[in-house]
Amino acid sequence: MIQQPSTIVRTVVNLLVPFIQLFALYAIVHGHYGAGGGFQGGALLAVSIVLSRISNGAESLERFSSTRATVIAAGGMLLFGLVGIVPMFFGASFLDYEGLPLFWVHGAELRYLGILIIEVGIALAVFGTLVLIYDSLAGDKW
Amino acid sequence: MRLLGFALVSLFLALMVYATGGLPDRGNPEAPGHENVWHYYLEKSMEETATPNVVTAVLADYRSFDTFGETIVIFTAGLACIVILMKRLK
Repeated sequence: MIQQPSTIVRTVVNLLVPFIQLFALYAIVHGHYGAGGGFQGGALLAVSIVLSRISNGAESLERFSSTRATVIAAGGMLLFGLVGIVPMFFGASFLDYEGLPLFWVHGAELRYLGILIIEVGIALAVFGTLVLIYDSLAGDKW
Repeated sequence: MRLLGFALVSLFLALMVYATGGLPDRGNPEAPGHENVWHYYLEKSMEETATPNVVTAVLADYRSFDTFGETIVIFTAGLACIVILMKRLK
């Protein structure tokens, strides 16, 4: 017997989702100092959306569509690729963050920033991809 | 079309098998993986990347090309899921 999730489940999930997303952001930016990083943060972001999909159904799809997940995944990949390619136009090699055109930071700090940017790119790509995999398994229309 | 796919896959397989010949021998003590490159990472990562977490520094800076490939693999898996599993709008 299939029935709609109860009010309790939906309320609790709607309460939990923002906190999971906040923790995901923390995991992404905390990668420099401890456990965390793009992959973990992206997976946590995806979990928040998947939880919402399971309990809210079509309403969640209206708020965050599969198309948007695709765009986010591709955008994250593109961000990573751009961080790789842009330094090549400024005389550095592929993925050498010291060649990024952010002229107000230098040396080690620029590499620190580069790591942060690609972590965000990874997180977006993983986030979009996991949501997409869930959506395609759940049989949504494309 | 099918033949073309088969030819492409065979060509890729041949390339991979050919590239295997360039790898160091199994158990070779002078292989690059055994040359203690970790000393360099542990000592220099703080001053070169300002990142206290050496794992992140190796993953996202020294070996970011590898991470790029990993992310592409995940993204490709998602695209394959769309192509194979998602129903199309009529």
